Amino acid sequence: MSDSLVAYLILAGVLFSIGTFGFLARRNAISMLMSIELMVNSVNLAIIAFGAFTKELQNDASVIALMVMAVAAAEATVGLAIVIAIYRNRRTPLVDEYDAMRQ
Amino acid sequence: MPIPDTVPLLGIAWDDVLFIVLAAIVIVAGVLVVTMRDIIRCGLAMMVCFGALAGLYVMLGAPLVAAAQVIVYIGAISVLILFAIMLTQSKVAPVRLVFQTQAVPAAIAAVVLAIVIALAVSATEWPAVATRLWSTTNDVARVLFDDYLLAFEVVSVLLLAAVIGGIYLAKREGSSDS
Repeated sequence: MSDSLVAYLILAGVLFSIGTFGFLARRNAISMLMSIELMVNSVNLAIIAFGAFTKELQNDASVIALMVMAVAAAEATVGLAIVIAIYRNRRTPLVDEYDAMRQ
Repeated sequence: MPIPDTVPLLGIAWDDVLFIVLAAIVIVAGVLVVTMRDIIRCGLAMMVCFGALAGLYVMLGAPLVAAAQVIVYIGAISVLILFAIMLTQSKVAPVRLVFQTQAVPAAIAAVVLAIVIALAVSATEWPAVATRLWSTTNDVARVLFDDYLLAFEVVSVLLLAAVIGGIYLAKREGSSDS
């Protein structure tokens, strides 16, 4: 099982689906950001799995995963800063109460 | 005394046991991240999930990525998220409702997505080698600073821009003179 690419890809798909559910269903903005981190990590797992089982991608996969990690770090920084800035104005982290543009 | 290739009495390879344990930790911790009520505990479960993923990266022969996962995700991003949680927790806000009203359709969509991905993955013939390859840090560094040098530099500029933007966004109004 640990020597088959399919097992790792299915695990990555399941983790991605969990992240999708969290992003769609949670009310808290920070929970949504955590779900995005789960999805990014599942994609990273798929990239590393392809690298481990494909000779041509062996070292490229590690490099691409590191790039994804750096971009995810930048995304988390900006996302959390936006959440904190909105919290300072609206006094709530719940996304369904950010309805200023609806009124 | 050398360790046998398979688990005694069960006949399963040690690598398979390790994969099953790590995969179970990843999935259980991931489900806890999206379902638990207390958001601090969600953050801690996320750290557990990332740790198990680092173990999977080691199994997949990418020790450098596993080390970066521990340093960047468990060390930096999780702490950043925990700090943001503590900055945005308000006692008066009703945290009774964890999910949006569309939680049930979201759950159905997520399950359908997982099934579709699993079917697509298992229906495809992958031209994969039989065993896992091990990529050394030396080779990864050569590729990183040879083929991917431009991407590396662009990412460094992106990180700088993100840090400056984050400070600008999270800064209090009117404190720019201090």
